[in-house]
Amino acid sequence: MTDWPILSTVTFLPLVGVVLLLLMREDGANGRRNILNISLLTTVATFLLSLLIWYGFDNANPGFQMVESHPWLGTGIGYRVGVDGISMLFVILSTFLMPFCVLASWNAIEHRLKEYMIAFLILEVLMVGVFVSLDIVLFYVFFEAGLIPMFIIIGVWGGKDRVYASYKFFLYTLLGSVLMLLAIMAMYWDAGTTDITKLLAHNFPPQMQMWLWLAFFASFAVKMPMWPVHTWLPDAHVQAPTAGSVILAGILLKLGGYGLLRFSLPMFPVASDFFAPMVFALSVIAIIYTSLVAMMQEDIKKLIAYSSVAHMGYVTMGIFAANQQGVQGAIFQMISHGFVSGALFLCVGVVYDRTHTREIAAYGGLVNNMPKYALAFMVFTMANVGLPGTSGFIGEFLTLVGAFRANTFVALFAATGVILSAAYALWLYRRVVFGALEKESLKSLLDLSGREKLVLYPLIAATIFFGVYPAPIFDATAASVDQLVNHYAVAVEAAHKVAALVN
Amino acid sequence: MLLYKAIVFLPLIGAIIAGLFGNSIGAKASEYVTTGLMVVAAALSWIVFLNVGFGHMGEGEAALKVEVLRWIQSGGIDVAWSLRIDTLTAVMLIVVNSVSCLVHLYSIGYMHTDPHRPRFFAYLSLFTFAMLMLVTSDNLLQMFFGWEGVGLASYLLIGFWYKKPSATAAAMKAFIVNRVGDFGFVLGISGVFVLFGSINFDTIFSAATTYLPAEGAANASDVVITLFGMHLDKAHALTAVCLLLFMGAMGKSAQFLLHTWLPDAMEGPTPVSALIHAATMVTAGVFLVARMSPLFEQSHDALTFVTLIGAITAFFAATVGLVQNDIKRVIAYSTCSQLGYMFVSLGVGAYGAAVFHLFTHAFFKALLFLGAGSVIHAMHHEQDMRFMGGLRSKIPVTFWTMMIGTLAITGVGIPGTEFGFAGFLSKDAIIESAYASELPVAGFAFTLLVIAALFTSFYSWRLVFLTFFGQTRADHHTYDHAHESPKVMLIPLFVLSAGAILAGMVFYGHFVGEEQAEFWKGAIFYGPDNHILEEAHHVPFWVKSSPFFAMLIGFVTAWYMYIKSPSTPKVLASQHRALYNFLLNKWYFDELYDLLFVRSAKALGRFFWKKGDVGFIDAYGPNGVAARVVDVTNRMVRLQSGYLYHYAFAMLLGIAALVTWMMLGSSF
Repeated sequence: MTDWPILSTVTFLPLVGVVLLLLMREDGANGRRNILNISLLTTVATFLLSLLIWYGFDNANPGFQMVESHPWLGTGIGYRVGVDGISMLFVILSTFLMPFCVLASWNAIEHRLKEYMIAFLILEVLMVGVFVSLDIVLFYVFFEAGLIPMFIIIGVWGGKDRVYASYKFFLYTLLGSVLMLLAIMAMYWDAGTTDITKLLAHNFPPQMQMWLWLAFFASFAVKMPMWPVHTWLPDAHVQAPTAGSVILAGILLKLGGYGLLRFSLPMFPVASDFFAPMVFALSVIAIIYTSLVAMMQEDIKKLIAYSSVAHMGYVTMGIFAANQQGVQGAIFQMISHGFVSGALFLCVGVVYDRTHTREIAAYGGLVNNMPKYALAFMVFTMANVGLPGTSGFIGEFLTLVGAFRANTFVALFAATGVILSAAYALWLYRRVVFGALEKESLKSLLDLSGREKLVLYPLIAATIFFGVYPAPIFDATAASVDQLVNHYAVAVEAAHKVAALVN
Repeated sequence: MLLYKAIVFLPLIGAIIAGLFGNSIGAKASEYVTTGLMVVAAALSWIVFLNVGFGHMGEGEAALKVEVLRWIQSGGIDVAWSLRIDTLTAVMLIVVNSVSCLVHLYSIGYMHTDPHRPRFFAYLSLFTFAMLMLVTSDNLLQMFFGWEGVGLASYLLIGFWYKKPSATAAAMKAFIVNRVGDFGFVLGISGVFVLFGSINFDTIFSAATTYLPAEGAANASDVVITLFGMHLDKAHALTAVCLLLFMGAMGKSAQFLLHTWLPDAMEGPTPVSALIHAATMVTAGVFLVARMSPLFEQSHDALTFVTLIGAITAFFAATVGLVQNDIKRVIAYSTCSQLGYMFVSLGVGAYGAAVFHLFTHAFFKALLFLGAGSVIHAMHHEQDMRFMGGLRSKIPVTFWTMMIGTLAITGVGIPGTEFGFAGFLSKDAIIESAYASELPVAGFAFTLLVIAALFTSFYSWRLVFLTFFGQTRADHHTYDHAHESPKVMLIPLFVLSAGAILAGMVFYGHFVGEEQAEFWKGAIFYGPDNHILEEAHHVPFWVKSSPFFAMLIGFVTAWYMYIKSPSTPKVLASQHRALYNFLLNKWYFDELYDLLFVRSAKALGRFFWKKGDVGFIDAYGPNGVAARVVDVTNRMVRLQSGYLYHYAFAMLLGIAALVTWMMLGSSF
């Protein structure tokens, strides 16, 4: 790789698609097809290009790579981008999921298709931007701007109660971001820079760390989402169009976990150590509480949304276990959940497009006339349950081991998720797919179309491949995670020593 | 090396071919491909068994290892997909592959009218693959992969007839109850990792033997782990980890408290019951404890618990089996009970005897299930024994093979010698070990096992008498059309009959007798103070003959009640109505669990949803904020009245306030 700014190219390439789309006219079948083709091509090209990042990535280097740095806005705030082992795979995940979103919207979006695709492409720019930012102000801009396209997607192309859902989504996330902005200003005053690489090396005074940690946590906890600020998610998912749900579950939820790994843990280690028990408690509550709530849902999408909250509980638990297994498990869990939950929403989309209902009670016996669909849904259900051999297992297991090392009680309660996830996921599968085909409205349903196979089969392959051979992911993350965990341990150790001296 | 990979992966290839391409190549081709590959795998595993069990390994080598692929590397966790071949694995290989191969063959006949045969054979082969991964694993995590893989296959096969609500419910129940066990298993694996820094067998086993500090050593009571609030020293930590692992075994092997899924699993097709729920998957728990014998051997408390649970299960399941009317459920409870025997054997430290019983049980129990399948096939899917009877002349081959199975399970043989059916040698070895053991619960276990032997004999003979003897109680049409099964179903019965007769006598010496040390080659670990097998040989004669007499009493009672005086059972049942219902309803475990866990979980879920999320968080969170905003804006709207004097008045107030503030401010 030469000096070509690969990260900026990947980040802003979708804007080319946006410009092309702006030139198109959306009328008639031809115009529609052009729009879809341009969007698909753009997202596929972006994905392929992003693979170059992975290809050129040096696994042995724990620091930031492919760094680009330009002055911007004066006063030290700059346009700085780069990736390390923690962020690189999230970039790939984002670009990987986008083509599926376009394909999933092929027939489902009937009006304002052009604007819809533009919103998605801009969303892609912003999401990738979040993961590559090495300047905290830049990060903040991308992080918050991502709200807007998502807000619009839910509010314009959503279901019946879309306005309520998007308002709730906005209210929750806004609350957190305001606090984060204050914290960013405070960090700038203290450290005199907004460069993330410098901030990582800066030691914030312990007292200050507490406040900064809380401010960041407020924002990330909402994004994750953690109990009790999770109630926006089920509504947002239910109302969002299928592709919106995929992005929401697949990537937007990961912003929170990524933020915790990028800022909270390395920059505020003392505070992280101090607040870890609280995070453990919230994670465990999330796992048990939302799993139970998921079990009783009557709407398929809501059920999967609640199960996402439970799975994110494993992530937060793993991150704050702050050992290799915990953190690597959390990263793996986020990536795996990215495509597994995305795939589950796509599965819901498949039947929703046919029947226009998400009521569990309206289904039953789909296996009779949709065997291929039943197989795909089974694979993703099992991945969601965390069956070994699927990617869902590895993250779950490692975070459990990590938590067990940190605090056995946490592992004990979190392990009940093993039972509860089986209960809600299999019950859902039984009610939707198994049984005799008795409902008139379902008898004429056709099995997966070619386009749907194109969407679901690659995801099945990814789910099983990374379940059996997760090494590519571990290799990429290992060095950075080691460094993160070691720095954290050293910082916490030092703080304890100081505390011991003072006493 | 390729040999071992072939054994494990041939079934997977079969599963993929039948599963993904079954509809294009047709049902016949799917059957032949999967069955053919299984025959090859079974033949190869016998070769491996003879090589490993009776050949010589390289110097100082405990087990052969074949690495296949990297899996997970994260910090201290470093596990690979790899195959570990030692005698214990070799025994499991022949059990799994032989039975699986015969069941594949049998299914060609049994399932011949089913429209979904490719799917069925794909599941069977998938199951076999997962089970092979389990028994060949070289670390706890791959074992867990196999563990869950067989769980998945079991789930799919129980729910194979997905149109039956009872079948899909049973499938779900099996998976979830197993997950309760897995909950412990996963925590156990984590615990092993924390204690030993690895989950690879070699590291664990070599560390385990010297893990416990010497008696009176200075660091004997150092706390090594704080588990769920308990500060544990090394000995107690080991016990805790063993108990967590054993919880997994309890789930998979349907032991007391986690047994409820097994009888319901009979909703699956009968060949499935023979393969999964009798011969192989349910014995995975026994395999786990035998495999982890270096760990369990260090903890008497854990072993005591294993013995206790095993004995209770053996007794409990036998009592329930006494009164069941469904032919498959009787055999299912019998399986449950026999698994209890195996755990008692493990608990008292006679691991070899446990694996021996696992081995012989696989033959005669698969035989009984497939025989029952043949009966059901003949009776057009009637499973209730109250509507059978007199089938002896109609299906003589099935009758005679079932007789052999019954003789084997009831333990017919000559006490004091090594001459008898398979079950005689292995079961008696367990009962003798239980008597010889010094564990505090050994006497209790011994008593329960002998009583269970009596019950076993009773319900086994009851099954035979009700099914094959007496006047028929089936309707005439069914009875007249009852027919012997095709050859493809009878051949497996013959092979298994041979196993049920001979397996005990041929292999007794190697599994538990004089040659056991050369045979196992350390694959099973016996502590230096563990001489249980030796002591079991020298128990008094009355102990050796007690299972024999228990068997005789059971036989005579069954004969009296079902041949001599068939009205007695009804009279007894009505005289002891409460006891009868208690047994018939399986000690009311399903009802109890439904109330304790299912209903309460649902109620709790609904409560959290309606009261927690909607009623509290939303009401005081976003909706509350919105409502306040609306309130405030409403008030603001009221201020904008449009009357000039309102605005003038407000302005006046403002000026007054401003002036006041300036005046006060300047005075400071």
